[in-house]
Amino acid sequence: MEKDPRIAVFQQWFSDNIPHNKALGLKVIGASRGFASMQLDWREELVGNPETGVLAGGPLTAMLDGCCGMSVATMLKAPEPFATLDLRIDYVRPAEPGKPVIAEAECYRITRSVAFTRAFAHHGDAKDPIAAAAGTFMLGTKGKPTRPPLADKP
Amino acid sequence: MSALLERLAEARKEGNVARLAEAIPYARWMQIAPENTTGELLTRMRFHPQLIGNTFLPAIHGGTLGAMLEMAAIFHLLWETETETVPKIVNITVDYLRSARPVDVIACAKVTKQGRRMVNVFAEAWQEDRSRPVATANAHFLVKSDADAPPSL
Repeated sequence: MEKDPRIAVFQQWFSDNIPHNKALGLKVIGASRGFASMQLDWREELVGNPETGVLAGGPLTAMLDGCCGMSVATMLKAPEPFATLDLRIDYVRPAEPGKPVIAEAECYRITRSVAFTRAFAHHGDAKDPIAAAAGTFMLGTKGKPTRPPLADKP
Repeated sequence: MSALLERLAEARKEGNVARLAEAIPYARWMQIAPENTTGELLTRMRFHPQLIGNTFLPAIHGGTLGAMLEMAAIFHLLWETETETVPKIVNITVDYLRSARPVDVIACAKVTKQGRRMVNVFAEAWQEDRSRPVATANAHFLVKSDADAPPSL
């Protein structure tokens, strides 16, 4: 399968250039208009309960925030700074120890000021989620744009 | 009995709540720990460069604020309530109020409603000025050991 060049661009902008995402080891595995996908590999440091090896909620929260944010970036016509306004996460079942977690986010509506996103985290089967997220983002916040546009490059 | 509950018993005996974080690998990695030096239970996330989410402002990653608010709620439930089990998070809603600068983040939590199986907790995080919170959260936790539970801890 040919590697999508957009993935490399978003990997750079959303993981390599964002210190916390890089520290988590987030890998961008999908990028298209309105859609973002990332992978987080299991690591001992990210565990909440050492007896079970189950990941803490925090790494999933950070991953889902990042993935929802990236789905917004894919919708922008021009680079524009934005920030998370709110994020809700439902932890529907524990992540399984040792298994990579995949997050898939969709930006389903974007207005001049606000972008609306949804995301699921799972172990490969989107029908069997670990967590579900809903995030809204404020567009045109202060600071330099840190994300590349994708909307005009189908 | 879980390692965390054993640690809780030790921490209570010593009167040192900070020991709770030792049993949680993610809390150690994130440098998130509870403290009660002022008589009020607070949770602190020490600033370190890996927390940055925006290098231009610079600002702390929103995901880490959500994570520390969740930990603040858990530490509060362990320390301030008579819990017989490690609380299991069901869901959390985080509101982001201001960008968080590259300094320590401090949070407090309070129980809004204590039920038999379910607890609703509010948590608030700030930096230098407590009257200017950077983020707030509401979360639900299952607190009964035999409850049909999902989640993390």
